[in-house]
Amino acid sequence: MAELTRMSAAEIAAAVRGGEVSAAEVTDAHLARIEQVDPQVRAFLHVAADQAREAARAVDQRRAAGAPLGPLAGVPLALKDVFTIKDMPTTCGSAILDGWLPPYDATITRRLREAGVVILGKTNMDEFAMGSSTENSAFGPSHNPWDLSRVPGGSSGRSSAAVAAYQAPLGLGTDTGGSIRQPGAVCGVVGVKPTYGGNSRYGVVAFASSLDTPGPLARTVLDAALLHEVMSGHDPCDATSIDAPVPPVVAAARQADVNGMTIGVVPEFAGEGFQPGVLTKFNEAVELLESLGAKVTEVSCPHFSYALPAYYLIAPSECSSNLARFDAMRYGLRAGDDGTRSAEEVMALTRAQGFGAEVKRRIMLGTYALSSGYYDAYYGKAQQVRTLIIKDFEAAFDRVDVLVSPTTPTTAFPLGERVDDPMAMYLADLCTIPSDLAGNAALSVPCGLSPDDGLPVGLQVMAPVLADDRMYRVGAAVEAALDGARGYPLLNDAKGLA
Amino acid sequence: MPESATLVGYDEAVSRYEPLIGLETHVELGTTTKLFCGCPATFGGEPNTHVCPVCLGLPGSLPVPSRAAIEYTIRIGLALNCSIAEWCRFARKNYFYPDMPKNFQISQYDEPLCTDGWLDVVLDESEAGADGSPRTFRVGIERVHLEEDTGKSQHMGGATGRIHGADYSLVDYNRAGIPLVEIVTKPVEGTGPLAPKVAHAYVTELRDLLRSLGVSDVRMEEGSLRCDVNTSLSPRESGRWGTRTETKNVNSLRSVERAVEYEIERQAAVLDAGARVIQETRHFHEDSGITTPGRSKEEAQDYRYFPEPDLVPLAPPRDWVEQIRATLPELPAVRRARLQEAWGITAAEMTNIRNAGALDLVEQTIAAGASPADARKWWLNELARRAKDTGAELASLPITPAGVAAVAALVGSGALNDRLARQVIEGVLAGEGTPDQVVAARGLAVVSDDTALAAAVDEAIAAHPDVADKIRGGKVAAAAALVGAVMKATRGQADASRVRELILARLSES
Repeated sequence: MAELTRMSAAEIAAAVRGGEVSAAEVTDAHLARIEQVDPQVRAFLHVAADQAREAARAVDQRRAAGAPLGPLAGVPLALKDVFTIKDMPTTCGSAILDGWLPPYDATITRRLREAGVVILGKTNMDEFAMGSSTENSAFGPSHNPWDLSRVPGGSSGRSSAAVAAYQAPLGLGTDTGGSIRQPGAVCGVVGVKPTYGGNSRYGVVAFASSLDTPGPLARTVLDAALLHEVMSGHDPCDATSIDAPVPPVVAAARQADVNGMTIGVVPEFAGEGFQPGVLTKFNEAVELLESLGAKVTEVSCPHFSYALPAYYLIAPSECSSNLARFDAMRYGLRAGDDGTRSAEEVMALTRAQGFGAEVKRRIMLGTYALSSGYYDAYYGKAQQVRTLIIKDFEAAFDRVDVLVSPTTPTTAFPLGERVDDPMAMYLADLCTIPSDLAGNAALSVPCGLSPDDGLPVGLQVMAPVLADDRMYRVGAAVEAALDGARGYPLLNDAKGLA
Repeated sequence: MPESATLVGYDEAVSRYEPLIGLETHVELGTTTKLFCGCPATFGGEPNTHVCPVCLGLPGSLPVPSRAAIEYTIRIGLALNCSIAEWCRFARKNYFYPDMPKNFQISQYDEPLCTDGWLDVVLDESEAGADGSPRTFRVGIERVHLEEDTGKSQHMGGATGRIHGADYSLVDYNRAGIPLVEIVTKPVEGTGPLAPKVAHAYVTELRDLLRSLGVSDVRMEEGSLRCDVNTSLSPRESGRWGTRTETKNVNSLRSVERAVEYEIERQAAVLDAGARVIQETRHFHEDSGITTPGRSKEEAQDYRYFPEPDLVPLAPPRDWVEQIRATLPELPAVRRARLQEAWGITAAEMTNIRNAGALDLVEQTIAAGASPADARKWWLNELARRAKDTGAELASLPITPAGVAAVAALVGSGALNDRLARQVIEGVLAGEGTPDQVVAARGLAVVSDDTALAAAVDEAIAAHPDVADKIRGGKVAAAAALVGAVMKATRGQADASRVRELILARLSES
C-alpha cells in the first residue's frame, strides 16, 4: 500500500472500508506528518490529536460491528478555524476570539462527524477570513508548500497548505471572495466554491453573510466531490439554505468527460495585470478542453470588471455589522475592564486591541458605506452592480454550459510583498469574486506550472446555480488528461518541503 | 425628583396651539417560541435560561424566522385595515448596547410587512356629541412591522437603578429575540383639545383589538405593550407642523393621556417664550406626571440600516393572507355595537362596562342566565368595589360569571335580597364554595314567613312607641326606622318591603 498520507481520500475510505488499514492508523500517520512538517508550513492552529484518534476508533468499531461506513469514513480533514465545533477552540484567526470554546457544532461539522470524517484540528486563517495570503492572522502567516517564502493564498490558505503538504487529504474552507479557489490555485490543489445556499452556514462565523460559502479543498477533483456530497444539503437552521437536491457531483467527477459541452472563455479575464505564465497555462488548458471534445467560444461578461469594487463595498458593509457582536460582553477577549471603565469604554478598548489592521479597515469601510446619506451611493449601487453581474452570468449560461478563466491573475506571491498594498492584495481575487457576488458555483483545478516561476496555476470553472456537477465534469477531465500526460500528480513537483 | 418645566395651563395652551400627536406602540407577541429560534418566548424565568446560540448571537449562529410570529403580525395588520406586503425584507438596525446580543437588532426598515391602515377609536362619554352619541376618531396606521426584542439590563448598586452611578450591570437575555410588533400611527391631525383623550382612546382600542386577536397578553405593567408618544404644537391656523418630541416610558393608559397633556402645556410655554422646541426623546415620570429630556435626536445614532443578509425576503402568499383574514375574530368595536344593541344599553353604559374591563365578564354572566341589568349591576358595583379594595383586576376575582349569575338568580327568585346576596358574594370570594354552598353553610335566606316576622314587628313597635305614634298620626315615612329595627333583629334576612307592609298593617289595626 502507498504511504498513507499520499493516498487520496477516496483511496483511504476504500482501504478503511475494505479493512486494509484502520482509521486509527490513517489518523496516526497524518498526525505524525503534521508534527513533521507543520513547523515549516504552520497550517494548524490547533491539533486535536485525542479527539481525532477517538473519532477514528469509532469508525473502526463501526466497521468491526459490521455497520455500514459512509463514503468518507475514516478520512482525516483539516477544518478552517471559522467552523464552530464543540470540543475545540474557534478563533477565526483573531485575538478577539482567543480562548472561545463554542457550545455548539456547525451543521457541517456535525455532518462530517456523523459521516465518520476524522477532524484533525483547526487550521489558521486570515483574521475573520479577510485576506488573500494568511498574513492577516493574529497568529502569524503560513507558508506555501511549493515555496516556503511565498503565501499559500487566503483566506483558507492553511487548509489548502495542509492539503498540499499531505497533512490531510481534505480541507474545509469558506469562500467569500475566492478564499477557497485562490489558495487552492496557488497551492496546486482543488478548491471548490459550491452554489451559495447549497451548504449550510450555520456555525460558520460570518464575514459577509450574503457571500460566505463553505466548500471543500482536496488534492483530487473526486475527493472534493466526495466531501461536497457529505457536507451539502438543506439545513433548516440556515434561512438562506436552498431546499433542493444536492447536484450529482460525485457522478460528474467520475464521468470526467467534456465531450459535447460548450465552454465559454471570459475575455475580460486576461491582459493587464495577468502574469504571462498564468495566461500561457490557461490557454493550454482551453486547447486541452477543445481537444477533449468541448466546443469553446468567447463570452463577454461586461460587468465583471465592476465586481471587485462592488465586492469591496458589500463585503465590508456586511462585515461591519457581523463583527459588531465581538464586544467583550459575552465571550472572547475583554480589555481594560478594571472596574473604572464603562461598558462602552471596555467595548471600544477590546475592539481596538482585539482586531487586526485589515479587519479594522474593512469595518471602517463598511460602516462608512452603510451610513446615512451614503448608503445609496455605495451599498445600494454595489447591489445594483451585483444584479448586473448575475444577469451577465445568466446571459452567458444561456449560451454555454460553463465559463472558464484563470483562477488568479498571478501565481503565489512572496510573503510580505502585498502587506502594505491592500489594492494589490485585493486584485488576487479579481477572477473569483464575480461568482461570489452571483452565488453560482465555481471551482479551481490545477492546470500546470507557470513557465516563468514554476509555481502552480489554477483553472477556474464556473457553473450555473445548482449545476455544480458541470464544473466537476470539466475539472475532472482536465485533471485526468494532465495527470495522464505527466504520468504523476502535479503535487509531486512541490519542492518547498523536503 | 426631576423639576417640572414652566407650563401654560392646558385650556389656554390648546386655545392658541394646535396639537399633533403620533403613537408608536410595541407589542410583545404571545407566540410559543422566540422570533428566530426555538427558545420559549415566555415572560420572566431564571435569568439567562431561555437562551441558545441564536438568541445569544453567538458567532456562527443564524436566525430562522418563526412562521407563527409572521402570521400574528399579518393578523394585526389585517385587523388594522392595512395592506400586507407581497414582498418585504427584514433589516438590521446597528447600534452598540450590552443587552443587544449581536449589537444589531433584526427589524424592518423601509419595507414593513403591513402598511397604510386605520383604527376607529371611541372617546369616552364625557366627550359625547350634542346628541349623546360618542365621538369617534379615525387614526391612520402608517405601518406595522416585526422585530426582535433586546435583552434586559439591570444596573446594580447606585441610588437610581439607572446606568449612571451603578456599580455594575447584569444582563438577562431571556427577553432577547422575543417577537415584537411595532405599530406606528400616521400623524393624528385635527384633534384640537382632545389630543390626550384620543391618544388614550387609541391605546385602549388597540389593546382590546390585540387581545381579541389572541396575539399578545397586552399587559402594559409587564411591558408586553409599550408606548412612545410623539407630540408637537403649532400656532392655530398656521398650517404647518411644529417640532415634535418623543416621550418614552409611558406605561399605562392613563399615562398616555397625561404625557400628551404635559407635553402640550410644556411646549406651549416654550413657544410662548419665543424659543424653539427641541426635537428630542423625553422620559415620562409616572409619579410626578412630567417629562424630562432624554438623548437629543440631533446627536442620535446612525443605525446604518441594511437588508438582513442572513434572511431571505418575506413574501407571504396571498392565499395564506386570505386564510388569515378569514379566521379573524369579531373585532372589539363590532362586538361592542352588537352587544350594546342586544342588551338594550346606551353607548355611555357600554363605555363604563368596557372601562371597568368587564365586557367579557358581563357577557358570560348573561350567557349564564342573568339579565343584562343584573350582570352589569353586580360586576360594576359590588365586584368592582371589591376588586378596587384589594387592588386586583376584576377578571382575577375568584368568582365566575356563572357564580354571579347564580347569585342574581337567587335574588330574582326572592330567596335572597341584595344585602344577603352581598354576603354570599363575600363568601364565594373568601373561598367558601359556590353561591349555593355559601347560602347553605351560612344559613342565609330571606325570612318570608309572616308569623315569624310578626313577633319582631311587635317588638319593634313596643320598643319605639313615639315612632309608632307618628305613623299612626299619618307620618308614614317614619316607618323606615321601624323597618330598620326589624331588619336588624332578623340579621338582614327579612324582605324589607314585606316588613314595611306588616308594620303599616299592624299599626292600622290598633
